[in-house]
Amino acid sequence: MTTLTKQPGPGLSARGPQKSRKRGKPGADFRGTGDLRIALFFIAPAMLGFVLFYLVPTIRGIYLSFTEYSILGDPEWIGTRNYERIAKDPLFWNALGVTTQYVIINIALQTALALGIALLMHRVAKSTLIRGALLMPYLMANVIAALLWFWMLDYQIGIVNQLIEWLGLPRVAFFGSEQWAIPTQALINTWRHMGYTALLIFAGLQAIPNSVYEAASIDGSKAVSTFWRITLPLLRPVLVLVLVVTVIGSFQVFDTVAVTTAGGPVNATRVLQFYIYQRAFNEQDFGYGSALAVILFLILALVAFIQMKFLRGNQSDLD
Amino acid sequence: MTTTATRPADSRRRPFRTNRPVNWRRTIAWVLLAVAIAVSVLPFYWVLRTALSTNGSLAANSASLLPADFNLGAFKRVFGLQTAAEAIAEGGSGASINFWQYLWNSLLFSSITTAGAVFFSSMAAYAFARLRWKGRDGVFSLFLGTMLVPPIFTALPNFLLVKNLGLLNSMLGMVLPYLFMTPFAIFFMRQFFLNMSREVEEAAMLDGAKHWRIFFQIVMPNAAAPIATLALLTFMGQWNEYFWPLLVGTTEETRVLTVGLGVFKSQAPQGAPDWSGLMAATLVSATPVLILFAIFGKKIVNSIGFNGTK
Repeated sequence: MTTLTKQPGPGLSARGPQKSRKRGKPGADFRGTGDLRIALFFIAPAMLGFVLFYLVPTIRGIYLSFTEYSILGDPEWIGTRNYERIAKDPLFWNALGVTTQYVIINIALQTALALGIALLMHRVAKSTLIRGALLMPYLMANVIAALLWFWMLDYQIGIVNQLIEWLGLPRVAFFGSEQWAIPTQALINTWRHMGYTALLIFAGLQAIPNSVYEAASIDGSKAVSTFWRITLPLLRPVLVLVLVVTVIGSFQVFDTVAVTTAGGPVNATRVLQFYIYQRAFNEQDFGYGSALAVILFLILALVAFIQMKFLRGNQSDLD
Repeated sequence: MTTTATRPADSRRRPFRTNRPVNWRRTIAWVLLAVAIAVSVLPFYWVLRTALSTNGSLAANSASLLPADFNLGAFKRVFGLQTAAEAIAEGGSGASINFWQYLWNSLLFSSITTAGAVFFSSMAAYAFARLRWKGRDGVFSLFLGTMLVPPIFTALPNFLLVKNLGLLNSMLGMVLPYLFMTPFAIFFMRQFFLNMSREVEEAAMLDGAKHWRIFFQIVMPNAAAPIATLALLTFMGQWNEYFWPLLVGTTEETRVLTVGLGVFKSQAPQGAPDWSGLMAATLVSATPVLILFAIFGKKIVNSIGFNGTK
């Protein structure tokens, strides 16, 4: 923004000498007016898409959150009443709690597993084949991952429950019990993202020069303390990126829930985005749905801001 | 005699191989990595194994590693090649389902959006990376900012827009929001253009070539590799898209694979789901991406880790 407001001053003063240069040197005359006209040509389609499907909808979404709108007729302005209703809506607080639970399990499980896999790869094998195998789940649609595990985790004849029974443990109703439903959704997501996240961290590991490790081993540092004192701090930018992406992505969980449990059992998996979807599209309450979406948006912005600010994700310690 | 003479030399040459503790550690590392790979890959085999089984035999042979009562009926059911009576007899729901149609819709949806988004985003990225104009950086940050807006947030107003345009349940309505740009595509291409050597372009400019000619005849051909990567990533992302098509494409004619899978699952008779049919449908939906991965695996794997911090 600062560059925008600063520009007119020097821009105007620069125009004078440029014009005179233009008269003197006809070969370079397209430089004189800047590239604005040609730039408009290049940017026009993207700009159209941006305005129509990002900018206007964002503004309209905020506007709709202050209205009562049931798709038929016109939106009716009701001020902040939607937000007041949300504050007293037990289903919203349930959705927020359930979603947060999902996000936390995801972060813990996914980051730990991915970090482990990345370290293993760094130590023993980095072939494209292995990386490809680990990446396969990530290439599948959420819907596919969900159905695959819906089958494997089936209570009656799913293979996982067979294995559990062989181990002498009681079967688990992964999707059917309120207690297990959210961890199960998080497990599906972890399975899908684990390899991908590992590759991201692995790329970060490879960016750490060998000389750093050599210096550490000369100083007598043991493997464990090298990991905590050198590897992990140097990985910080990558880990913060992974964390931000995981948290933002996890807060928007929808596909796997919609295909498997559809919010149930009871309200156990009625996550935020699924609740928004239900209010807006099943109950035709677009105003209320939009207000919920605004809140989700604010949560995500806040989380991203905090993570970047306090974990200094955009700075590297390698320089 | 000879063996005792060579052994010390050998161990001196490869001190780590004969060093027991290190070997032990490496073995554990390999085993753990193998477990991670198995967890990633084996479920795909289980899907195939179930798809080739018969529903009636699945329960009795729930843990057999080979298909239970090998049979292609599940695939026939998925492609609508079985009559309702046949399908019900094999444990299906009997409701009409046609994955050929969904495959075709997914292909159309993903191809059109990929072609449009990659092409128009490249044009915009060129303007952001190579042309000099007032407000360029401000507009670029604005575009990038859209990456932070959660899709659900714009999905509600976009749905209303598409509805008001009368484009619900049409391919046009489904592709429109992705057709002109994606923030990631612009970001990705701009990053490449910024690092591209200017020499050839400047030589062409001295020859009096116009920007659009330079773009189409020099810049785009030179960017073939990153464009291919971007197209691959975009295509796979679109192929897996669920939420927007679920809102806009709900008729049989416009349903894409992901949405079709959801419908197929919800049709399954309660109590005894059509597992083999569902897994066959899942496999059919995954196959195009698996084929792309088999062909372009290296390109895809190497693209992971691309981010602004690099």
